[in-house]
Amino acid sequence: MEFLRPASWEEALAAKAEHPTAVPIAGGTDVMVEINFDQRRPEQLLDLNRITELHEWEVGEEQVMLGASVPYTRIIENLRTELPGLALAGHTVGSPQIRNRGSVGGNLGAASPAGDSHPPLLTAGAEVEAESVRGSRRIPVEDFFTGVKRNALAEDELIKRIHIDKASGPQQFSKVGTRNAMVIAVCGFSVALHPERRIVKAAVGSAAPTPFRATAAEDFLTAALDEAGLWESGGAIPLSVARQFAELCSASCNPIDDVRGSAAYRRHAVGVMARRTLSWVWDGYRSTGGNGARNDEGGSRCA
Amino acid sequence: MRVTFTVNGRRHEADDVWEGESLLYVLRERMGLPGSKNACEQGECGSCTVRLDGESVCACLVAAGQVEGRDVVTVEGLADQASRRATDGRGTTAADEQRWAPQPAADAGVPLSPVQQAFIDAGAVQCGFCTPGLLVAADELIEHNSRPSDGDIREALSGNLCRCTGYEKILDAVRLAAARTDQSEAQQGEAV
Repeated sequence: MEFLRPASWEEALAAKAEHPTAVPIAGGTDVMVEINFDQRRPEQLLDLNRITELHEWEVGEEQVMLGASVPYTRIIENLRTELPGLALAGHTVGSPQIRNRGSVGGNLGAASPAGDSHPPLLTAGAEVEAESVRGSRRIPVEDFFTGVKRNALAEDELIKRIHIDKASGPQQFSKVGTRNAMVIAVCGFSVALHPERRIVKAAVGSAAPTPFRATAAEDFLTAALDEAGLWESGGAIPLSVARQFAELCSASCNPIDDVRGSAAYRRHAVGVMARRTLSWVWDGYRSTGGNGARNDEGGSRCA
Repeated sequence: MRVTFTVNGRRHEADDVWEGESLLYVLRERMGLPGSKNACEQGECGSCTVRLDGESVCACLVAAGQVEGRDVVTVEGLADQASRRATDGRGTTAADEQRWAPQPAADAGVPLSPVQQAFIDAGAVQCGFCTPGLLVAADELIEHNSRPSDGDIREALSGNLCRCTGYEKILDAVRLAAARTDQSEAQQGEAV
């Protein structure tokens, strides 16, 4: 095995072009597990720790440019106003030790169906900036996941940044697991209100081969809120609408039975999380008088 | 490959390191620092928790090559690190590291840190395997927050598993260490 330690982004791209099978390693919280357990013996490890710009972020007018290696701890501490859904999801990742190392770039690179950062990226609206010596491109996060642990990156590409829309309304995240820390999600759910466009986005993790947006549920809810004039009135969402939204979210799942949970349980749990997180974001919307982002102090609430 | 980094304030060097080797393996097997424990090798148990440039990390998930030129504090250097926070001390010497014992002789150079002493006083150690990782994690918590709530303590220790104690005595120990640290900081504040 070879250990490549590029000192700059350009060097990293050149190394990846020269060694397309090199495995990028940043926090190591996924890659090192596979190496420790002899599940992976790449010819090269490509260490990204020395590339400072990957650890930086910038809050712009409408988007946050998040360096691929920014650890979850920094996101939780510094970006919970701009990216409340991602901060809540990040808070459920592993433990403090893992959050000090793990990053959204790594989560995207691994492309596990259970990646905690994926549903909030899908509901916030995000693009993955991938670069190679051939050039740079932006991949909408909806198009990024192509299968179980597969993504849209070409073999010479590295993830540089993630461009995430700043929250324009309340966002929530919920996750089912056997305890509050150190769990891979049995399933996860994220919902975001976009009051300025009068739409709702909902996304599911760990209940299909890839994380996905529950578009049928989104369309139903967006139409139902519009029809009843609830964005303007700030009235409560009728129980029947919330229930239908939850059922559509459940129905959009394509889960498997595995050690963490059965397919039937996952479908059920996604519905429960959909209903609850919807009530949380809608309460948030109503309590801010219909505008402004709001997030919960102290991390995500128990689903 | 050769890897050079600072451990407990002193430059360490390891040769013939395999490229896929973890920081934990280098510390334990190549540098003679077995305080960080090897259990799950997947970041689940926290037994190998060390500070990397000040942050708590699982040493089993850091590739040795990633630590080149960086600063690591292990449980062996915890007491020194704690005393250095209060005063302006030196690095832990190799002799001190190797001489380290839970009950140091009267002339030993390494007294216990507040967290270590509190774990003994509160009876928070049973088999002792998880203890080094818990000490490092608890020490980081108290460094940043000497008045942690129970929620803060639980969250700070959520990455460390203990299969003996049921955690109650560990929580007692962290509360005790925090209270003692807070008190001594307050006294120092008065002295200034």
